[in-house]
Amino acid sequence: MKRRDPLLIVDGLRVTFDTPRGPVAAVRDVSFVLGREKLGIVGESGSGKSQTGRALLGLLARNGRMAARQLAFDNVDLLRAGEGERRALRGGRISMILQDPKFSLNPVMTVGEQIVEAFRVHANVSRREARLRALAMLEAVHIREPGHVFDAWPHELSGGMGQRVMIAIMMVPEPDLLIADEPTSALDVTVRLQVLALLDDMLARRGAALIFISHDLNLVGSFCDRVLVMYAGRVVETLRADELQSARHPYTRGLLACQPRVDGDGSDLPTLDRDPAWLR
Amino acid sequence: MSRASAIEIAGLDVTFGRGRRAFRAVRDASFSVTAGSSFGLVGESGSGKTTVLRALAGLLPPAARIRGEMRLHGEPLRPARSRPLRRRLQMVFQDPYGSLHPRHTVDRILGEPARVHGLDSIDRRIVDALADVGLDASFRFRFPHQLSGGQRQRIAIARALIIEPAIVLLDEPTSALDVSVQAEILNLLQRLRREHALTFVLVSHDLAVVSHMCEALAVMRAGEVIENAGVETLRADALRHEYSRELLQAAQGYRTTPAGMPPAER
Amino acid sequence: MSAVRAWLLVDVPRSRWQARCQRFFLGWLAFRQNAGAVAGLAIVAALVAAALLAPWISGSTGVVPDLGNRLQPPGAAFWFGTDELGRDIFDRIVWGSRITLYIVGLVTVIVVPIGLAVGVVAGYVGGWLDSALMRLTDIFLAFPRLILALAFVAALGPGLENAVLAIALTAWSPYARIARAEALTLRHSDFILAARSQGIPHHRVLAGHVAPMCMSSVIVRLTLDMAGIILTAAGLGFLGLGAQPPTPEWGAMIALGRDYLLDQWWVPAFPGLAILVVSLGFNLLGDGLRDVLDPKSRS
Repeated sequence: MKRRDPLLIVDGLRVTFDTPRGPVAAVRDVSFVLGREKLGIVGESGSGKSQTGRALLGLLARNGRMAARQLAFDNVDLLRAGEGERRALRGGRISMILQDPKFSLNPVMTVGEQIVEAFRVHANVSRREARLRALAMLEAVHIREPGHVFDAWPHELSGGMGQRVMIAIMMVPEPDLLIADEPTSALDVTVRLQVLALLDDMLARRGAALIFISHDLNLVGSFCDRVLVMYAGRVVETLRADELQSARHPYTRGLLACQPRVDGDGSDLPTLDRDPAWLR
Repeated sequence: MSRASAIEIAGLDVTFGRGRRAFRAVRDASFSVTAGSSFGLVGESGSGKTTVLRALAGLLPPAARIRGEMRLHGEPLRPARSRPLRRRLQMVFQDPYGSLHPRHTVDRILGEPARVHGLDSIDRRIVDALADVGLDASFRFRFPHQLSGGQRQRIAIARALIIEPAIVLLDEPTSALDVSVQAEILNLLQRLRREHALTFVLVSHDLAVVSHMCEALAVMRAGEVIENAGVETLRADALRHEYSRELLQAAQGYRTTPAGMPPAER
Repeated sequence: MSAVRAWLLVDVPRSRWQARCQRFFLGWLAFRQNAGAVAGLAIVAALVAAALLAPWISGSTGVVPDLGNRLQPPGAAFWFGTDELGRDIFDRIVWGSRITLYIVGLVTVIVVPIGLAVGVVAGYVGGWLDSALMRLTDIFLAFPRLILALAFVAALGPGLENAVLAIALTAWSPYARIARAEALTLRHSDFILAARSQGIPHHRVLAGHVAPMCMSSVIVRLTLDMAGIILTAAGLGFLGLGAQPPTPEWGAMIALGRDYLLDQWWVPAFPGLAILVVSLGFNLLGDGLRDVLDPKSRS
């Protein structure tokens, strides 16, 4: 594929959930085009940022429905593709990293076995070969003693270590697109930066794109290339990350202003007045 | 200045378990909190900050061994707490989804502690407590699942305040909330502290929140207090300990390290 | 109708009563999705209705012999036929529903409070008390239910109350285990810690905070257990150790009817069918309730 082509085209994505009180729209008409870049999707809880990521992977809850005018990954129409083709894409070329490694790693398999299995499924290699590659992969995610971690059980890992292992597993199929939903929110602040640095490194090495879903405007602004700001299921503003401080939309400006600052003076923080006009 | 200490902790040591499996969660921690001020306890998971808070609140399991001294307005604090003592020291928990009983209405959540402590005119107190945290009376008969995270945390604060404590222990009160809601809750806490002359002990990993809220802070790591400082030191970026500075850096977003390579796992 | 619905679904309840109704209604909406559960509820409701309306549904008291109509086959006059003493089997089954309900009620009243109290105290307090109470539970868990019931009835004499008492005595232990498991996890939850830090006394925390959270698993387990309890009661009746003739207890009816199994099949078949349907009803209901109430099975 040509490097210039957009990797993912999302046009008019809608996600609706059926509840006892009637249908609830979680994502309303979200459109964006993703190249080989790090795209941040920022919003508060209920903004639809997570459901956008889940819809792209076909991971909506059972009462959820999605619709779009166009949804294309690398020129494959995801709306019309067969179930098999979609599953192949989602397992192989699109991967997802979730918030808490505790819930995404299988608790009854050692870390090594899980990486080996991923290699055997996606790369179709022998057990010996898979083991060697798994050890190399653990080294690639900057784990000092890969042999030691290989034999460890998921519950023996710290949060940061667990998230490194998750990144390793997700990188096995050499995906073109990684969707990370709050990948560092469960981690300690100092570990957070190490994991992000690792993620950055892995993406650069494979030339893969990233959709980084987070509530943390500062973090996304400093890590990604471009930022989509979501509010109540819509994209209210799209910005280059380095232009975040000069955001135009009052919602984005409000979000930036209401964060406490280390060098602030302790006076009351400005709060966000939600304008009903933003919903239109 | 004759501002008395509301809380004094000297050489506090907390150990869980016995023998070979013993784990010293807090090691020789000391700090004191001026009455009417707000004190920040900063650290990452496993630093022992929550254990210190629970020791103060009298919520450690009976098997935990506590040594050292804890004083409340000069009186020693022991693990066994009388009801009047509990009343003076209230706590707000981190997770607003877990700290309210899922089957109790707001009415009961606020009414029960008031009733247990033998307060009068409970109905009026409930309505006042709701108003105090910025909620109108229509919230009174809702269940927690009908409230947003920020509203729940307001209820949790109202529950702590309805029995008129002198000291409120705040365990990461805003880390589970959106930033815009965090701002509202932090403003609310500051206002309540002024109006009710409260003393706060705030546990957080976020130095920005601590800088905003507190007059003094202690940084904890692996059970030890590694630095005691006033907030001016923090705001002037003059924390001494290397780890404190690392925390401060982390609070300010992602920067690639000079070499361009991620630091290895320690 | 829609006004009631709106009142039930409104975002802001205005009173304690409305809040409570609302929670119940949302549970009902979820329950209604499960066709089997609704069928189970219908069966159990029919059982209750039959018990309440027995004098009006049935044409006789079901105990007076009518030797002129012995062993009539099912037909227009006698829907389920008559037994060896000429009593209408349909009427006897209708009256028997009262006995079944009585068994169900009595077992519930004994088993739930004992099991809940033992389990919640053991789980919440912990330590040696937990060990002592759980060993006691183990002892009762190890008794074979029917054998103990036999011994009990042998000592106290046959009769429905003694049979139920024997069943209840062996049935409470699983509830204690369930309640303890729930209480163990609840003990460390924030809302229990919050209650303790507020100085709410232990007995109030136990009764008002811990026990309600254990109730749903206990109710589900109880409904699922009901089938077994009804069967055991019927078994005791069959052995002649439960309800005594001429009481129209379903198990005893099968026992008396087994002599006619080959030639007059309806005599044992219809009470058997009644036991089957009611047991099935309780099982289906329990399954549905679990989906609604049990927090662990919720996605």
